[in-house]
Amino acid sequence: MAIEVRVPTILRSYTGGAKIVEGAGDTLIELIDDLDAKHNGLKGRLITAEGGLHRFVNIYVNDEDVRFLGALDAKLKDGDSITILPAVAGGALGFAAAAALMGK
Amino acid sequence: MGPGKSHGNVNGVLTIDRAIIDAIVAHSRRDHPDEACGVVAGAIGSDVPRRHIPMDNAARSMTFYEFDSMEHLRVWREMDDLDEEPVVIYHSHTATEAYPSRTDISFAGEPNAHYLLVSTREPDSEEIRSFRIVDGVVTEEEVNIVDATVKA
Repeated sequence: MAIEVRVPTILRSYTGGAKIVEGAGDTLIELIDDLDAKHNGLKGRLITAEGGLHRFVNIYVNDEDVRFLGALDAKLKDGDSITILPAVAGGALGFAAAAALMGK
Repeated sequence: MGPGKSHGNVNGVLTIDRAIIDAIVAHSRRDHPDEACGVVAGAIGSDVPRRHIPMDNAARSMTFYEFDSMEHLRVWREMDDLDEEPVVIYHSHTATEAYPSRTDISFAGEPNAHYLLVSTREPDSEEIRSFRIVDGVVTEEEVNIVDATVKA
């Protein structure tokens, strides 16, 4: 089962510069584990030590934000297209308060 | 970005059209006292910001900004289709100086972008500064505002 994954510039150091890679899995976490096996270290940029989705990235399945699809448990199927984008956020607020405000 | 990839700008300078700066300042003033945010797209590798895209601040906050995730996807796909990249990512600080906060540095995820900050804390003048933020390291650069490199 092949799922296409679009990788942003900042994470291409893990994919040998590739913008698009392929992976497999029935859920997002299975896909991420599969990708990490081929592109060591990628998982740590997507998932926190506590096992949640990292707030620094947005991950989409086709046209939908995975946060609305069950996050790491989001179901995937052959032919799905995954897009990873670095979250664009910031501001004058302190980091801890900003992170809490994002509620991720 | 290596020196060989810089066409529109020499290293350490953001060259940007006055019409785009005016539009960014107008957007920042319009959203004040909330922070405003957006992008200026340009051809990949050109380092020339050409297309101003004001974005919604999904946080609608005076001290925080966040792109709406669906608008973010739509705009990034559009750039992809047009062989563009985000040459400039801008936001405003509405009560503090135009310098990246620790939050800005933590989130900065586009190593090829110029991070432009506008401070609107003074009612009748703006502070406009630009930075590279790569791996947590902030490097300020000159902002060179020019006339008519972009068709209005």
